[in-house]
Amino acid sequence: MKRLVAIGALCLAACAQQPQLALRGSGDLGVVIERASGRVAVVDNSAAAVLGSVDGLGDLSHASVVFSRDGRYAYVFGRDGGLSKVDLLTRQLERRVVQAGNSIGGAISQDGRIVVAQNYEPGGIKAFDARTLELLADIPSTYGAEGKRSKVVGLADLPGNRFAYALFDAGEIWIADLSAPRQPKLSKFRDVGRQPYDGLVTPDGRYYLAGLFGEDGVALVDLWRPEQGARKILAAYGRGEEKLPVFKMPHLRGWAVAGRRAYLPAVGRHEVLVVDTATWQEVGRIPVKGQPVFVMARPDGRQVWVNFALPDNGWVQVIDTLDDRLLATLAPGKAVLHLEFSPKGEQVWISARDDDRVLIYDTESLKQVGSLVAQNPSGIFFTSRAARIGF
Amino acid sequence: MKGLVLCLVLAASFAPAAQATVVPAPERQRQLIRMVRQDCGSCHGMTLKGGLGSPLLPQDLRDKPPTSLVATVLYGRAGTAMPPWQSKLDPAEAAWIVEQLLNGFPNE
Ligand code: HEC
Repeated sequence: MKRLVAIGALCLAACAQQPQLALRGSGDLGVVIERASGRVAVVDNSAAAVLGSVDGLGDLSHASVVFSRDGRYAYVFGRDGGLSKVDLLTRQLERRVVQAGNSIGGAISQDGRIVVAQNYEPGGIKAFDARTLELLADIPSTYGAEGKRSKVVGLADLPGNRFAYALFDAGEIWIADLSAPRQPKLSKFRDVGRQPYDGLVTPDGRYYLAGLFGEDGVALVDLWRPEQGARKILAAYGRGEEKLPVFKMPHLRGWAVAGRRAYLPAVGRHEVLVVDTATWQEVGRIPVKGQPVFVMARPDGRQVWVNFALPDNGWVQVIDTLDDRLLATLAPGKAVLHLEFSPKGEQVWISARDDDRVLIYDTESLKQVGSLVAQNPSGIFFTSRAARIGF
Repeated sequence: MKGLVLCLVLAASFAPAAQATVVPAPERQRQLIRMVRQDCGSCHGMTLKGGLGSPLLPQDLRDKPPTSLVATVLYGRAGTAMPPWQSKLDPAEAAWIVEQLLNGFPNE
């Protein structure tokens, strides 16, 4: 009885702090990064509403987010090396560690128990217990004879609690097996190409691709047959022509794949490259309005949406994948930084940084159907990512 | 003519405090500050502490000749990810940006 009273008192104290949190699930939630303010807005996807915000997350330029399997927690990776665990239901910062000087993103393991950060400075990856954020493994990206550390890019979770990533300065792809997280096992693919800038794993977990900045092409590893090593695809897409100045690096992720094709940004060109994922041969290229940054397939693969680097960052183009032709050119707002589809793709949310708005489009009518106010919004992330390989 | 302006600006930036001769108008200064924080920031970090691009804080740039920093901004660096900005910035604007970087870059 005494115990019961004590619990009652506890509850009273807790409830006093957080009044009226209605019971709800987490599968329809998301976060929008408000990058200038070190804050994330917690959003309800179906209601198209901001539920509240959580601040104190540090420098969120180039922030990215992964979710716990139950969709309750967002792990936010900040530029300043901060890794923050945010509870979307209570909208509180649950834990935060500053784990590096300069970081670029992260991933979560297949079983949801390990969160991994990829770092520029000091270069390498670090693995943390997803519950406590306790450090489990620190794997420096040391390469070459002088023992230099490379910047790490393109981290992706693979089946088997493994992670693939690329070393920008070294031109290597590494796979870390964290099935025993305190005893990581590494496999390395050397000389995959010059300056890999980002990477992705296909939605089935089979292929890892690293886009190259220092040369034309994409490095490819068949993770089912790693003994075959890395090979280069799209090696001549620039046709030896001088590329345009690249004001912003493109981003790669499993959303590149639509049906049996992958749609990839051409670096320094106004083109989207189309590759057959059965043969990895180029099967087409689509001229677009600027240099693509995000090339994202709608979850059903019928459309691909593209945004662009400066000076074309006010446009978004939509490709119909049935005939690989442009379906529409939209002008959603100033400085479009990111897009995120609703879980099954009937809507897409688009952040327009310089308009302080997130625009919501219907993907069939291609009309704007709503908007939200956010301060300098950049990344938008829905909890449906929790269930996808490579997100 | 463009070359001449560049020479003048470069010569001016040899002065110890890297004073730009032509100061952009206040409205343009605001645009440039936003551009550096947001667009340069996508590689150098919004706080300019570095990212894919090197850190651009005063202590990182202090010992480097301002002229060569201005040239880096205008013409980029071949073989690296640093792009040329001459289509977006004139030489005086690039010199002004470098001067601000050396003095501690203003916030938006
Ligand atoms: C696409 C990425 C990218 C963008 C955008 C970018 N930079 Fe850079 N920048 C780099 C890289 C990478 C380096 C380092 C080059 C090297 O290794 O020498 C660099 C170097 C520099 C340097 C020389 C620093 C030194 O210590 O020598 C300056 C100055 C500079 N950038 C200014 C700018 C300014 C100003 C802008 C915006 C107008 C900008 N950068 C935008 C990638 C970028």
